[in-house]
Parts: sequence; C-alpha cells; structure tokens
Amino acid sequence: MNSENVHIVPTTTWSAGPGCHGGCGVLAHIKDGQLIKLEGDPNHPWNQGRLCARALAMTQYVNHEDRITRPLKRVGKRGEGKWEEISWEKAFDYIEKKMKGIREDHGPESIIFSMGTGRDIGPWICMLAYAFGSPNVMFSLSGSACYGPRLSACNTFQGCYCVFDAGQWLPDRYEDPKFKLPETIIIWGYNISATCPDNLFGHWIIDMMKRGTQIICVDPRLSFFASRSKHWLQLRPGTDAALAMGMLNVIINEDLYDHDFLEKWTNGAHLIRIDTGKLLREIHLEAAGDPGNFVVWDENSGTPAIWLSSQAEFKALNVKAALSGRWEVTLADGSRVSCRTSWDAYCEAVNKYPLDKVAEITWVPADKIRKAARLYAKSKPAAIQWGVPIDMTPAVTPTCHAIASLWALTGNLDIPGGNVIAKFAFDAVSYALPGAVGPIGLKDKDMDAKRVGVKEYGPYRTFHWRAQTDMTLDQIFTGKPYPIKGMWIQTAGLLNGIGLDPKKWKRALEKLDFIAAVDLFHTPTTQYADILLPAATFLEKNGVRSWWVPLQTINKAITVDQCKPDVEINFELARRFDPEFKYDTINKLFDDILKPSGMTFEQLQQKGWAIPPVSHPSAPYHRHEKGQLRPDGKPGFKTPTAKFELYSTHREDWGLDPLPHHEEPPFTPVSRPDLTRNYPLILSTGRRSPAYFHSEHRNIPWLRQLDPDPIVEIHPETAAAHDIGNGEWVWMENWLGRCKMKAKVTRIVPPWMVMAAHGWWYPEKKAAEPSLYGVWECNVNQLLPMGHQGKDGQGAPIKHLLCKIYKAVGKEERNG
Amino acid sequence: MAKKPENGLLIDYEYCTGCFACQVACSQEHHWPAGMGGIQVLEIVQNLPKGKAYLNFLPFPTELCILCFPRTKKGLEPACVQHCMAGVITYGSLPDLAGELGKKPRMVLWSPR
Ligand code: SF4
Ligand code: SF4
Ligand code: SF4
Repeated sequence: MNSENVHIVPTTTWSAGPGCHGGCGVLAHIKDGQLIKLEGDPNHPWNQGRLCARALAMTQYVNHEDRITRPLKRVGKRGEGKWEEISWEKAFDYIEKKMKGIREDHGPESIIFSMGTGRDIGPWICMLAYAFGSPNVMFSLSGSACYGPRLSACNTFQGCYCVFDAGQWLPDRYEDPKFKLPETIIIWGYNISATCPDNLFGHWIIDMMKRGTQIICVDPRLSFFASRSKHWLQLRPGTDAALAMGMLNVIINEDLYDHDFLEKWTNGAHLIRIDTGKLLREIHLEAAGDPGNFVVWDENSGTPAIWLSSQAEFKALNVKAALSGRWEVTLADGSRVSCRTSWDAYCEAVNKYPLDKVAEITWVPADKIRKAARLYAKSKPAAIQWGVPIDMTPAVTPTCHAIASLWALTGNLDIPGGNVIAKFAFDAVSYALPGAVGPIGLKDKDMDAKRVGVKEYGPYRTFHWRAQTDMTLDQIFTGKPYPIKGMWIQTAGLLNGIGLDPKKWKRALEKLDFIAAVDLFHTPTTQYADILLPAATFLEKNGVRSWWVPLQTINKAITVDQCKPDVEINFELARRFDPEFKYDTINKLFDDILKPSGMTFEQLQQKGWAIPPVSHPSAPYHRHEKGQLRPDGKPGFKTPTAKFELYSTHREDWGLDPLPHHEEPPFTPVSRPDLTRNYPLILSTGRRSPAYFHSEHRNIPWLRQLDPDPIVEIHPETAAAHDIGNGEWVWMENWLGRCKMKAKVTRIVPPWMVMAAHGWWYPEKKAAEPSLYGVWECNVNQLLPMGHQGKDGQGAPIKHLLCKIYKAVGKEERNG
Repeated sequence: MAKKPENGLLIDYEYCTGCFACQVACSQEHHWPAGMGGIQVLEIVQNLPKGKAYLNFLPFPTELCILCFPRTKKGLEPACVQHCMAGVITYGSLPDLAGELGKKPRMVLWSPR
C-alpha cells in the first residue's frame, strides 16, 4: 500500500457504527475517498489509542453490500420486502406531503417520533418533531427503561446526574494530582466493559483496578468483575432496592455515615407532619407562607425555623436544625400538630430492612451484604456505577433513591474518586434533557400538554420530556384521547430490538396511515415502513458531542453513495415543516449548541476536543459547596429544597412514596407463585456482547464470528434436568410467547435463572413475512410484556420474567 | 534450521475482559477474512469448590500471528497491542518480557514465531 496517498482524519465515534454511547478519539485512514483502516487515537484523553471490536470492524461496515444507499419506497404490502429506489428530492416531497396531510387532519401530535438507543440521534429527532409541532418524541422501550429513568431519578433527589470518577474531567487523567483513586467501586448490574454504555468508557474501571481499586460486584451473573471482586452479591434480579436498603441499614446502624453531609447537605432535618404524613411547609404556619419553603426544629431557639428553599438558607440567623425528635407545632389556624424529622422517617424506612429480611428477598446471604456495606462505607473515596438493570424494573425511582442515598450518606458525592456530578462539557447541550435545556425545544409550550403521559406521570410532567411509551402503544389502538396516525422511526428496532411484545408493535404499525423509517440497513422494522431513508455512519458526518466530557466534534471523513447524516435529513425536513425554522445552515445549528463553550463549530473542530477548565461549573469537584450546581449560584443542589433529598419533595407532590423502598416486580417467583408452577425459571435478558450493540452488527462478518448464535445461558444442573446439552437449540416459553436459542451450558448463571441474548434477528434470512429475517424465531422480547411500567411511568420488568425451557426437536433442532 | 524466536507477546490475563478488540484489530490490520486471524480469545470457566466458578479470558496467538512485523519495523506497536482495551498485551524482546513476567502473577508469555 502506498502510504503517501493515505490521509488521516481524526474524529469521534458517535455513533452509527460501533453503536455505543462513548466518544473514542479515532484516526480514519482514507485512501481514494475510501476508509481503509480505523485506529484509536493514541493522543486522545478518552481512549488513549484503544478501540473496541465494533469500531475496528468499520471497514466491513461502511461499504457493506447490504447498506441502504438510496431512498427506498415500498411497492409491495407492508412486510412483503418489495422496494424501489427514488431520489432524495422525491422522498422528501413525499414525506412532506404525507406528514403535512396528517398534521392538517389530526394535528401534529398525531405523529410519533420513535427513537431507539440514544446516542446522537436524540437532538435531531427532537429538532424534527418540534419543527413539525409534535411533542411526542418516544424513546421506544417500555417505561423508557434505559438511562432516562436514572437521569430523571437523579434529578428528583440530587438535581443532577453523577458517574464514577475516572479522572475523565482532567486531561492527565489518573496522573493528575487532583484525582484520587477510588479505593472501592461497586459495579451494580453492569458488564460495562463490553459496550461502553451511558457515555462512559467501560475499561476505565479496569485501568483503576490495575492501580488498586477493589470491586464489589452486584450481578446475578458471573461476570469478569464478579470473578475479580472482593465481594460478589449474586442477587435475585429485581431486588436491587432491597439490597441497597440492607446496605443502608448496616451503614446507618453501625454509624458509618457522613454526619457532616447529612446535616449540611440533606433535607434530613425538614419536619414531617404526623397527621398527614407529609412535609410541613411554611404555608402551614403562616397563611401567606410559601408552599415551597420547609420547616425545621431549631434547637437554639426551641421553635420552628423556616428554610427558604429558593435562597438556600434559613429565614432566621443561628439556626441549629434538629435531626431527630418529635415536637408540637402551632399551625396558622391555631391548631397544633405533632411533627418529626425526615431523617427519623428515613431511618424508620431503612429499619424495615434488617439483613435477614433482605437476605430472604434478595437471596444474598446477610453476612455478604454486611461485609460489602462495611467495605464500601469505610473506603475513602468510593464510587458506585449502576447499569441499565436499575432502569429495567418498574420501581426504578425508589431503587435509584436507595442507591443514591448510599453515595450521598457516605460523603462520596462530587468528590475526587467518588461519584462526580456529570454536567455536559462547558454546559453545551443541544436539547431538553432532565436537568438541561438546549436550543432545540418545542416552540409552542402549550403543545407539550398533549404529550402522551404528561397528565398521568409526575416525572414526565417535570423533566422527562418524552412520550410515555406504553401509553403511546395503547393509544395507537384506542385513538384516545386523540388518534395516532403516523410514525417517524429513526434507527429504532421496534420489532427486533427495543420493542417489547413485538407482535403487538407489529399490529400497531399495521394500523398507522404513514410510517417513515431512517436506517443504515434493512431490519425487520424497516419492512413496515412506507419510505426508508439511508442514514450515514459517524465517518460520513459532522457533529458535536458533549456527553459528558470532553467536548468533541465528529468530523466527516468519507461519503458513501447517497447516504445522508441524520442531522441533514432532519434539518431539510424541519425547514419544510416550520417556515420559521431558525437556522439556515447546519453549522449555525452546531454553533448555537456550542455557544456556552465560547467556541464555534469550526474552532472546536480545529482543536478536536476540549475539556472545561477546573474552575468551570461543568468540571468537578465539590460544586455543591462552591455554589456551582444551582442557577442562582447558591450552595446546594438543584432540587426544590436545594438539598440532597432523603425525603423527596417531588415524589410527595406526585402522590408517590417519598422514601426509598423495595417493590416486588410483577412477574417473579415471589409475586406470582401461580405462574412459577408452569414457568419455574427466572428469565433474564440483555447481557452484553462485545461483538454487538443491541440489534446491530449481526451482518458484520468479523463481529458475527465472535458470537455467531443467539445464546441462552443455562446452568449445568438446570440443563441436565431438562436433558439439554451444550450447543443444542432450545425453546424458552411463557404465557406471552416463545423463542428459540442455542444453549450455552455454563456456571456463569445460577441454576434458577436463564440469561437470554437480546436484539437477535438473522440478516441473512428472508426479509418478507412470515420470516421477517427470522425475528419471530429468535427475538426474546416476545416473552416480555408492555404495559407494566412503574408507578411514575418509568421502568419496566425486563430483567426478571419467568419461563420454561425445552429442547427443540426434529427440524427445529436447526437454525432455520 | 528454524529461525530462533526473538520477540513475543506478554499477556496479563488477570485483566483481559474478553472484549475481542485484539482479534478484530488483527483482522483489520492483516485483512484476514472472518474465521482467520493472528489471535483468538478463549473463555475459560473454571469450577471452584462449593459450586463456585471463576471466569478468565485468554488471548492466544495463532499460526497466523506474524508479530505485526510490518508495523514494528516502522516503530509502531502491533495492532492488537495498541488497541487492547485493557492494555494487557505487551510486545517486546523475549528476555525483556521474561523479566516482566516475574513481576506479578496471572501472566503468560507467548512466543508465536
Ligand atoms: S464502544 Fe467504547 S471503545 Fe468502542 S467506540 Fe464506543 S467508546 Fe470507543
Ligand atoms: S501481533 Fe499483529 S499479527 Fe500478531 S496477533 Fe497481534 S495483531 Fe495479529
Ligand atoms: S483486546 Fe485485550 S482485553 Fe480485549 S480480549 Fe484482547 S487481550 Fe483481552
């Protein structure tokens, strides 16, 4: 190869391509306009030259013979797999006509904008929906049960999200003297190294393990981390909240918590009325009082004292707020009520979880929980990194509350080596997310009242700016309160990936008048579209990335036929839908997003990446002390009380339990012994494969060879009891449906659980129904229900269903 | 007579996560079709007493590993070494690597050619 003709384009891997949520610095080697090699950038602070299997396989991805490279219009029936190529102009015209027609007849809200796993699609799909006038951007998983609920829960209790500290805000990383190595990290339901989820680089944890960080691993499955952990808590899926409550029980009752943090930075001293069980507010004491102000018992004066939430200070001077006790308080009408502190109520909630009870719920021995809790509390600093299983249970918010309390009460929040508050780099954010607002937003705020789920669910009303997925699916069938007529599906696999109960989604799609899809390859889902647009990989586009750090640009290195970046597709249509659309070029849109950084897109592109200086509010540490978390610059957290809320004011306002607790999920051996008789195994799904991101990459030869079949992991004893041998094809079945996978007989899973791979379909099989790329054979989501979202509309039972297994016989023994 | 081996790959398998980056890095570098390549990652689940187990991954250089001669000649690290997500592969001369080998347990020194 003549290296003189090769030029190198540095860029960021976000995201069609590896599929992840990370932002590796890479060097694209380009020759004659073609990608000939992709390497990690050794000078990049994120990955230091490293790169995963999926990114290293990009040469097989970009020029894959199955890439859709021209807009396609369906010519047969939906699901028949018949298409014709059309020009971009004709495709845009067609979409414009169809969607404007629906908008005129039924209103803009009657089109749903469906997205799959987040990445850099979020801003552009919002941009299009909002320009069209629809508030209904739907993250398409039941209960939005991936990341969004964790973000939203963190906003509820502490005002901002947080992640484990791996020195990612410091260019010299682990070597920077400001960084401290976590003594212990709890990896809670995560095989983080496989895929780099949640805007993190999974192997940062391995970097720190090599430097001496110890691991506590919470996982029902024997992962890499479980094998290497100091304590492995092999819990029953869906009992994470009980486990966290048990750990809090140890930490509080053995006095291992941070008293200073409790007193200064939590709302533990705020009084609760015994009569209503709710917070005592200023308005209860004085008719003209503010309902947003709360009350403590001042030990100095022996009287109640008002906490001015918006000013983050007491009304009176020299208040010493009592943390524990019971007092009589006189209300505005002269009546007297008995009150106690939130901390007392919180401790009472925690004391409902003695370790023997927790062991019974979680199936983790009490002694292990005690040892793990002590190790975590005594390690200074220590971090917790939680994974998507936390979202994948209906009671996600109380679970997050319990776990977040662990890092707060041990004083590990926003300290070096602890859980650092994660803000977008330089506060540059493109669209509205929990805790952040960017330039892309719904113009007509009244339209937001029509968003599905706003009336029913507090978090959706307050900061979770998506349509509630389960309700949207129902509404497609009922047409109530308004009809849903169309769907824009952008890189989302309703039938092969993100959709639970995919046959129900199929029936829903069949009902719609118009479906447009945008994707890089045909999938089972695209077969239901009327028109399909070819999207670009990260190598074929420009873009910006600010999750969480560094601030980066994605730089176009190549063009593949007529494929277009999502941002360009949506930009063109946004201009057609909204005559007042505020940008005339995409660069101006990028400039607007980057404005808080003081850099233009071109300036940042020159630099490649930028890390905010330590003094910047988007850089750690100790920002609650420095007044860098709240818009008013006052010390404290960005919550309604300015405190870390041990007792949640938002949850009280939403009519939900304001204290952390365990709720038994709907389909477990404990909650449904009746179903367990026929379906005796816990069915868990979604363990990560380093070869794949969700439903992608099955068609990339280098990746498929690494993990060629849909695998269900079965413990040797369970396999023997069912006469199943390693490598045999087996059915998993429950009351909702069944699917067929290849048995991997392994001690990685406990005898009482099987772990099924998710996102499977066979790109090599026939597109047309009834095959639909074999998706009806191997998609495990056929055993998972829609409609069991949590009480706040978030979370869904995904990690803990029930099933039986049996061997495939005769022709079924083969794949196909 | 076969040439004496000079260089090798030192693997710290305690931290190998089984991420397969090395395997695909080699395929990309040397244009191997799927199913061939200079390194294969093996999964080893060892049963332990009391029903327990331990999970290890071990990258094994195959017949096709040429120790990235065209890269090392230019002063570059082998493709698998640079891209290893856990940074557990070290390339070097066998005597040097043998010295490293004694520094911590759970390491293996491969001399593929
Ligand atoms: S998965 Fe991780 S290693 Fe791969 S491109 Fe994404 S951030 Fe980089
Ligand atoms: S040293 Fe080079 S040839 Fe050998 S396995 Fe690594 S990448 Fe392949
Ligand atoms: S790249 Fe490194 S960590 Fe990943 S499988 Fe290969 S040797 Fe192991």
